[in-house]
Amino acid sequence: MIDRRLINSFDWSILIVPLILSLIGVMTIYSATRPVLNVEQQSFFLRQFYWIILSLIAFFVVVSVDYKQLIRFAYLIFIFGIILLVIVLLFGRKGMGAQRWINLGFLSFQPSEFFKLFFIIALSRYLSGMGQETRLGFAELARITAVFVAVPAVLILRQPDLGTTLILLFIFTTMVLVAGIRRKIILITIVTMLVSLPITGKIMWKGMKDYQKKRIIAFIDPQADPHGIGYHITQSKVSIGSGGFLGKGYMKGTQGPYRFLPEKHTDFIFSIFAEERGFLGSVILFFLYFFIIWRGFDTAKKARDMEGCFLALGVTFMFSFYFFINVGMTLGIMPVVGVPLPLMSYGGTALLSNFLALSILENVRMRRFALYY
Amino acid sequence: MEQRINIAVYIIIFAFGIFLFRLWDLQIIKGNEYKKIDEKNRLRVIDIPAPRGIIHDRNGKVLVKNVPSFDISVFKEDIPRDPETLKALGRLLGITHDDIRNRLEKSSVKRFKPVKLKQNVSFKQVAKVEARKVDFPGLHVEVVGGREYIYGHSASHVIGYLGRLSLAQLSDPKYSDVPPESFIGQFGAEKVFDPSLRGAGGKKILEVDALGSIIKVVRIQRPVKGEDADLTIDIDLQVEAEKSLKGKAGAIVALKPDTGEVLALASAPSFDPNLFVRGIKYKDWKKLVKDPSKPLLNRAIQSQYPPGSTFKIISAIAALEEGTVTDDTTFECKGSIYFGRVFRCWKAAGHGSVNLHKAIRESCDVYFYEVAKKLHVDMLAQYAFGFGLGRATGIELEGEVRGLVPTSGWKLDRKNERWYTGETLNTIIGQGYLSATPIQMARLMAAVVNGGMLYKPYLLKDGDVNREAEGIVEIRPETTEIIRKALIAVVEEKDGTGKLAKTDMVRVGGKTGTTQVIGGVVKGDKIPDKYKDHAWFVAFAPEKAPQIAVAVFVEHGGHGSSSAAPIAKRIIEAYYRNLQKIESVQGEG
Repeated sequence: MIDRRLINSFDWSILIVPLILSLIGVMTIYSATRPVLNVEQQSFFLRQFYWIILSLIAFFVVVSVDYKQLIRFAYLIFIFGIILLVIVLLFGRKGMGAQRWINLGFLSFQPSEFFKLFFIIALSRYLSGMGQETRLGFAELARITAVFVAVPAVLILRQPDLGTTLILLFIFTTMVLVAGIRRKIILITIVTMLVSLPITGKIMWKGMKDYQKKRIIAFIDPQADPHGIGYHITQSKVSIGSGGFLGKGYMKGTQGPYRFLPEKHTDFIFSIFAEERGFLGSVILFFLYFFIIWRGFDTAKKARDMEGCFLALGVTFMFSFYFFINVGMTLGIMPVVGVPLPLMSYGGTALLSNFLALSILENVRMRRFALYY
Repeated sequence: MEQRINIAVYIIIFAFGIFLFRLWDLQIIKGNEYKKIDEKNRLRVIDIPAPRGIIHDRNGKVLVKNVPSFDISVFKEDIPRDPETLKALGRLLGITHDDIRNRLEKSSVKRFKPVKLKQNVSFKQVAKVEARKVDFPGLHVEVVGGREYIYGHSASHVIGYLGRLSLAQLSDPKYSDVPPESFIGQFGAEKVFDPSLRGAGGKKILEVDALGSIIKVVRIQRPVKGEDADLTIDIDLQVEAEKSLKGKAGAIVALKPDTGEVLALASAPSFDPNLFVRGIKYKDWKKLVKDPSKPLLNRAIQSQYPPGSTFKIISAIAALEEGTVTDDTTFECKGSIYFGRVFRCWKAAGHGSVNLHKAIRESCDVYFYEVAKKLHVDMLAQYAFGFGLGRATGIELEGEVRGLVPTSGWKLDRKNERWYTGETLNTIIGQGYLSATPIQMARLMAAVVNGGMLYKPYLLKDGDVNREAEGIVEIRPETTEIIRKALIAVVEEKDGTGKLAKTDMVRVGGKTGTTQVIGGVVKGDKIPDKYKDHAWFVAFAPEKAPQIAVAVFVEHGGHGSSSAAPIAKRIIEAYYRNLQKIESVQGEG
């Protein structure tokens, strides 16, 4: 089924580097959730490990199917995603104040995690349909915004899941910008946004939940509420800072297990890593993430067609946004948005969706030599 | 399109640059700062006080013991500062939440250490606090050393008391290892022996989690118990001495003549050191300081008065040794002599023909006036110095005064005036400029009967039995014998002025003394107390190889013969009773 030449052009680095990162993730989860008070080790790390295996299988399954097939069924996939988002609102399981999960009995997953991929696939199909030299006009932009962004954004915001909504918006904006857009529109958009900021800002502020408001206040001034959300930011900085150059050593971090740092194995996994591995380890980690991102853009450039190019771009942008929003939050230079660190944070659905995204990337890269296919 | 992708790559690289810079800032530049916050997050230090040394008397009876005392304190880092929590905590401890807030904010306690909220709480309250500890993260019950002075007022001037470090001590490097809020010895033996009694405090370094639960003990530094102090004091004798001074102001010192061990050192009135244990209340302190009877004054070493006729012992030794008189020399006492002015004998009718033995036995003043005419004051002073007057005895207690032995040189120096022989007449009977403390007089008595060996009185039994004498007064054995016989006569013979000290248990020697408070002779019984003379009595027993030397001083007690001598008898009797008790116990054992 798979051509030999395809196997030869398989880029192992797109699989190995993420695999290394996800295993580092398992180790860090193990340390972060290790018991300190006569409690048994919680099984987070093990469950994450199982998800890695599942993700690898999914990776190879998706890689074996030409991405052309994904593009072919792109809109169907998109509609399927929308249906899932509706189902989650109607029948979803609630957890931590939000309704994000669909329970299938043997496992539960977050449709919004996969929806981002469906969104990228559909948008790639649409944008690749445009000519190389055409630039999006105002009417067209308004139309695709309404179709691709407005509907899912409203659905996801209802869960509510601000993080995913923002990521969708970012992916959309960047993909459209790279696809080409009339300068006039960019200008008008920026001016309109600036002018209307006092009004829209007010509306957004009113529409926000209390905890969301607190996060924004805490980002601007962590000391305003040192025991609330500002506490997270402060403790995250303490964790990272106390790591120093070489770190406290693996299994020697205290901030997480001693409960000073909340969400230690999910959103703040990087803080734990930086505490134990120090500046040196963090720089290496940054480098691994940078490698994946760079490989993504490289793939986009080398893709054999526009579909492949947009798929690679969308996936890479998504990956980058996750990385920067999450790590930025732990470093205290971005507001607290509940977004996981790709590949490392505890969470099966997110991990699976990360590997699926990477498999799309691999898919595009290994099939870049159009000539022989 | 490729150009636009490149722009995206540059932006990403730029973002990585910013993130790396931030990482550098947090981990390298501010790394140490965050390490400190991290430690503050999780490390807590609890002082473990060292058990203070126990103080025993010479027979091993416990005088001061340790009793646990509890303080409630809190780790600043762990306690939520919201008004509800503080109010609830205030209700639990019985203090206002403003008080708690003040303590938390003003506390100068080192990092990781708890802030004291309430000291010296009852056991019942401790139980209450322990039960509700979960509601107040960081709340902590500290067990601190308390002290119980079992005999209360007894020997309080010797044992002393504890107090907080004073401001001066806080900045003194000698006390650098003492936690600032702890109590140390501030008076008496508690202070003097503090460095060894104190021991070395330990500490426990704990790791706690965000809720203040203890995760593990990082390090334990066990406290080193202070060394016990065994005093030379015999507490039973001490108690007897204090009983005999009850209602009076005065002092009693009993020594072992052949070593200088202090058997009893009583000063009345006294105070209760238990008041000081966890910090004396201002009201109590004020009361002690303002009391006109000065209970904090240790009269045994801090009050100096003319020794009166007790000094005649020295005068007699000087006269014999310098050849001014022999034991056969007699003078005629007609109740007074004229030497520039009239010098009276205490017995207006006179003693008739008086030799040295009679002069001491009946305390004839005229005999010594006659001696004074021929004996230079500086000669007399030499013997007084020799027997330890005019300088501190060097007992371990603080604040000892020196007393005064006048000489011609001293007078020239002080008053820019030559010495008149008339003044020697006053000095030789223990009046005038001469002054001494009870402990000096006790040591003098001891040295006179042990053949001139001057031992330093001491309180701490250190097992050193062969103490060297601090000084030896070279006197002929015949002189010692004459004096000893005369002193025995004072108590044992019917004309002796000290016969009220006579007891059936043992032959006692001694000498009375009366210090004039106002000049001249005041007749009648209705003299107000404050004009009454001070009474002295120095004594020893038994006749041969004396085991105890006593000095009794009663402020405004009247005559030494009537008020001080019976006290000396009580002390000596108590000493022998205790001796019999101990011997019988040892016999049975």
